[in-house]
Amino acid sequence: MTKRFALGIFDDEDVLLHAVENVREAGVKIYEVFTPFPIHGMDDALGIERSRLPIAAFFFGLTGLCFALWLQIYTLGFDWPMIIGGKPHIALPAFIPVSFELTVLFCCHGMVITFYTISKLYPRWKTPVLDVRSTDDKFVVAIEVNENTDMTKLTQLLRDNGASEVNQKEMSKF
Amino acid sequence: MATLTHQESVTAEYLEVTPGTRKKFMLIIVAGVILLAIGIIMSMMGIGAAHHEGAAAAHGAAHGAAEHHGSAPWLKRLIVSLWHSNVFFTGVAAIGTVFVAIQYVAYAGWSVLIKRIAEALSAWLVPGLVIMVVVFGISYFTHDIFHWTLPGIMEEGNANYDEIIAGKSGFLNLPFYIARMIIFLGLWAFFTKRLRDLSLAEDLNGGTEYFHKSINVSALFLVIFAVSSPIAAWDWVMSIDTHWFSTMFGWYIFASWWVSGLAAITLCTILLKQAGYLHWVKEGHLHDLGKFMFGFSIFWTYVWFSQFMLIWYANLPEESVYFNQRLGGFDGQYTWMFFGNLLINFVFPFLVLMTRDAKRQMIMMKIVSIAILVGHWSDFYLAIMPGTMKAENGFIIEIGVALIFLGAFLTLMTNRLAQASLVPVHHPFLDESVHHTT
Repeated sequence: MTKRFALGIFDDEDVLLHAVENVREAGVKIYEVFTPFPIHGMDDALGIERSRLPIAAFFFGLTGLCFALWLQIYTLGFDWPMIIGGKPHIALPAFIPVSFELTVLFCCHGMVITFYTISKLYPRWKTPVLDVRSTDDKFVVAIEVNENTDMTKLTQLLRDNGASEVNQKEMSKF
Repeated sequence: MATLTHQESVTAEYLEVTPGTRKKFMLIIVAGVILLAIGIIMSMMGIGAAHHEGAAAAHGAAHGAAEHHGSAPWLKRLIVSLWHSNVFFTGVAAIGTVFVAIQYVAYAGWSVLIKRIAEALSAWLVPGLVIMVVVFGISYFTHDIFHWTLPGIMEEGNANYDEIIAGKSGFLNLPFYIARMIIFLGLWAFFTKRLRDLSLAEDLNGGTEYFHKSINVSALFLVIFAVSSPIAAWDWVMSIDTHWFSTMFGWYIFASWWVSGLAAITLCTILLKQAGYLHWVKEGHLHDLGKFMFGFSIFWTYVWFSQFMLIWYANLPEESVYFNQRLGGFDGQYTWMFFGNLLINFVFPFLVLMTRDAKRQMIMMKIVSIAILVGHWSDFYLAIMPGTMKAENGFIIEIGVALIFLGAFLTLMTNRLAQASLVPVHHPFLDESVHHTT
């Protein structure tokens, strides 16, 4: 589906932050803000809800821990019991380093993959970018518009709040 | 910055220690004295302290004549617990300055508002030094704490001669030991005073000159502390089990001190905030302190486990004796503490502080910081008691002494807090701290 966006281009992050607050106060819904680097307080200004990623991370970690314990207990305790260093077959203290490592491994990989998937940052043939300058030195506020939107009013609002230019762009698969 | 929109000016804020608060601190001390008295009476009458004759005798056989030295049980317990609580509280006090120094060296802005609390924490260093020298002096003659202080233990041919300990005489001898103690604590106290003076001068005069000077002083202090704190840990704690040694021990004791110091700073921040001070300290600061406590609880466990696992795996008698005593030794006297130590210092903070919300709630942070302080006091108990008291350990005298220390510590700390503004008004990063969000 094709979506149409009004893009307010900003030069300065402080101006941008105030603009985002003011634009939202004026009742305009902001689709997304693209910036070259993270801006402190932007999440609050945009009113973005807290990510549920930590919850996912906890369960990825738990999966890793269970897998690690199963792997070691099953292989060393039941499938092919071996005496190592005179310790019991299931010697939990010796399992802790591997359990720790696998917990971390599952947790971070799971988290990265989940994050890339929900943010649509996975590798694609063609990555949709609204304005390439948002990866360099410009800050881009994207507002989704349709035929009913009063573009002159919106442009005026963005310009009043310090946008150096206001463009429009159509995007498919966004 | 988003939050810059509502600009208010930050002004100096002075803590007023009310008579009620002073009374509370006195009550803590009085409660400690009462517990101490009860403990001493009970110990004199032979109740309370566990008497595992069998275990003591069995262990005594291994140690030979060495077992039969020291004072009466109550006196020995008093001396040992004075040492134990003092090592703990002095370490926590030193962490105050370490914290300030790290913040300076890291150019950290968020912590400026709680800097004065960390500075005040170090008020105990000088009394700590005095008590340490005095208690060591007493124990040098009663041989209650350090086995290596026995006369003749390093002389070949003497009845007390111990070849292994004699081999350590280059390090464990009276002049060198005392010199190290005084130099280390003296240096820590000196740098504490230097950083404090710079900070107070900055309050008066402003400017960035003091800030840059503080960074240099901090960097020097951190280098000195990094070298001296592990050696202090060997001296004050590890040399109790004179035969035994562990290369992880310096870090292990430092981790314990450090996380307790963080918990003390957090607890003090919360208590001050609940008393109506520290208006500018917000959830964000609490969150960062929570992350610190969470992270370093894990760090302590990491160091603890690294030490434990290698010894457990290699199972060399001269190394594993340390954990033997604590895991099942003396009729399992210390077993519950050994596992309780891991529960309260690792599992509890780890699970409770895991979520973001918990780190931003005062009540959660309060519970966890108290648990960490109690837990690490017990950690030192577990490090010191089996080597000194064997199976004769107890809790009433020990907790009494700890309460006396706590009351005195809090009195000194609040005194120092009240001496200057709680907000370092001319710190160059003050604004950053006021607008800190996480």
